[in-house]
Amino acid sequence: MNTNQRDAARVAWRNIWRNRSRSLVIVASVGIGLWAGIFLIAFYNGMIRQRIRSAIDREVSHLQVHHPRFSDDHDLRYHLGDAGAILGRLRSDPGVLVAAPRIVAHGMVSTAAGSAGVVINGVDPALEARLTLLSAKVAEGAYFTAGGRQEVIVGLRLARKLRLALHRKLVLTVSDRQGSLSSAAFRVAGIYRTPNTPYDEANLFIRLPDAAALCAMADSVNELAVLLHRDEAADSLAAVLSAAFPTAEVKAWKDLAPEMQVLVATTGSMLYVFMGVILLALGFGIVNTMLMAVLERTREIGMLLALGMSRPRVFGMVLLETFLLVMAGCPAGIAAALATVALTGRQGIDFSVFSRALESFGWETRVHPQLASGDLRRIVLLVILTALVAALLPARRAFRLRPADAMRK
Amino acid sequence: MNPQHRNMETVIDAHDLVRTYDADTVPVHALDHVHLHIARGEFVALRGPSGSGKTTLLNMIGGLDRPDASHVLIDGANITAMRDRELIEFRLRHIGFVFQAYNLIPVLTARENIEFILLLQQRPAAERRSRVAELLAQVGLSDKAGKRPAELSGGQQQRIAVARALAAKPRFVLADEPTANLDTAAAGNLLDIMSRLNREEGMTFIFSTHDPRVIERARRVITLEDGRVVADEVRNPDRCEN
Repeated sequence: MNTNQRDAARVAWRNIWRNRSRSLVIVASVGIGLWAGIFLIAFYNGMIRQRIRSAIDREVSHLQVHHPRFSDDHDLRYHLGDAGAILGRLRSDPGVLVAAPRIVAHGMVSTAAGSAGVVINGVDPALEARLTLLSAKVAEGAYFTAGGRQEVIVGLRLARKLRLALHRKLVLTVSDRQGSLSSAAFRVAGIYRTPNTPYDEANLFIRLPDAAALCAMADSVNELAVLLHRDEAADSLAAVLSAAFPTAEVKAWKDLAPEMQVLVATTGSMLYVFMGVILLALGFGIVNTMLMAVLERTREIGMLLALGMSRPRVFGMVLLETFLLVMAGCPAGIAAALATVALTGRQGIDFSVFSRALESFGWETRVHPQLASGDLRRIVLLVILTALVAALLPARRAFRLRPADAMRK
Repeated sequence: MNPQHRNMETVIDAHDLVRTYDADTVPVHALDHVHLHIARGEFVALRGPSGSGKTTLLNMIGGLDRPDASHVLIDGANITAMRDRELIEFRLRHIGFVFQAYNLIPVLTARENIEFILLLQQRPAAERRSRVAELLAQVGLSDKAGKRPAELSGGQQQRIAVARALAAKPRFVLADEPTANLDTAAAGNLLDIMSRLNREEGMTFIFSTHDPRVIERARRVITLEDGRVVADEVRNPDRCEN
């Protein structure tokens, strides 16, 4: 900043405090607007990240490998012929946290109380515990008992629907790999609960060997689920695997749960609407304040033009005053927002009163707001940009004043 | 041209100036074919009743307004033909202004108000400092350098305005009713300063005024009525040539 710019900033700074109460209203508006904007972004970030985390950690993992036609109709004929080779490749990759084989079949569960369509997941209990954290979600009973056979873990919602309790029997029926109907009886070993009730209602878990027997898939599996150390590595590893195993279809979590992308986009749009409302209110406040300031100083601006202050300088003076006004409100707004995000991020915001509605959409009931890198910079820039755009009208008014007319007013 | 000034160097030369306001409705002839020649070093009062065209004429020769017809030459430069940007720059470099009111920037101190013109001209800091000190001394307000306008009397504010008008060493100073809001002592003091600057430094001053105290001190008095020059008298021609 050279001497002239410093002097201009000094004059502008003094000018904005000529009407202290009016300027303080704008400073407070900027502070509150920033606080609300930053917190809103952090809140939605927290919600989305938790939902994505939940989808990856409990539902779809980072990657899944299937037969290319499996996703069309989930027919058990479409199994993975080279599952062993793919698993070997995955387990040798340092970026892979855990890779687990599964047999996934769409079938029917029947009890004395009724029946329901379900997804039967045949899993390796030890690997699955690391993959989906299912063991930690068992609310009643056990996560498969040692040496037990024909055990099933069902979701709480399904258990309630079919009036299932621990140790009760149920019958699973599938169309096996040969296309024949196959049924087997299982006993409820545990009841799990996740924050996603539709998932709990649709998914049950049995041991992999039991699933192989039920589905006539003794020598194969139809799904490999993979959890990575880093979310960002999913796409690149999917590409590598697709190239190495062209007969298999490898999908990353974004493709496995496309609703997540919709969710991110929809929530992002909502966020823009909220931010737009906040910025619009702020913009109108600034237009009003700066127009008042220009109107009050019409004679003075006329005098400045008469003395030889150029019109671009007058225009810049109004913009600079607006900029400084906004910058005066920024520190308090940012500090308040960071403190709020830190506090609520650590403790979470409890929405358990809406738990039924939230869980039916797969949302957690405690939201931990968090800021992503660049969020703060983006919103501060948006606020400054809004203020400068809002100041264009008053600045234009000052710019267009004719000195002789202005000094007569 | 006034015969007594025929041999002096002309600073302001205006021919046949016409300015009509609200020409679409009820036309008001603010200036009606006015001829004006001001020589370097003159101390001129433009007098006349309200609405006679004093301020309009001052605005024309200060480049704050443009005539409907004809032009104004300042040291031979046709300011009427200048584009807005050129005219602003011309005013900054060559014309000093003292207004009746709202003269100073309220958030700046007396020193900063004077320095403001030099800042606009992007003069070096050292030059600004010495020039401001010199001007404050000339108007006798060195001890008020750090005061803001609200802390100064009306007379002191006008003296600071005169100092600011002189800061850029203009070709002439235009003063629009500079004593209108001043008491007799303050007006006398201000006129003393301007008269001394005129006498000792040859600075040209042109006032618009109703004030008999100013008219009494002027060495040339131009009387306007209904936008026309009705009298142009030189009272102390010997003192003009200092």
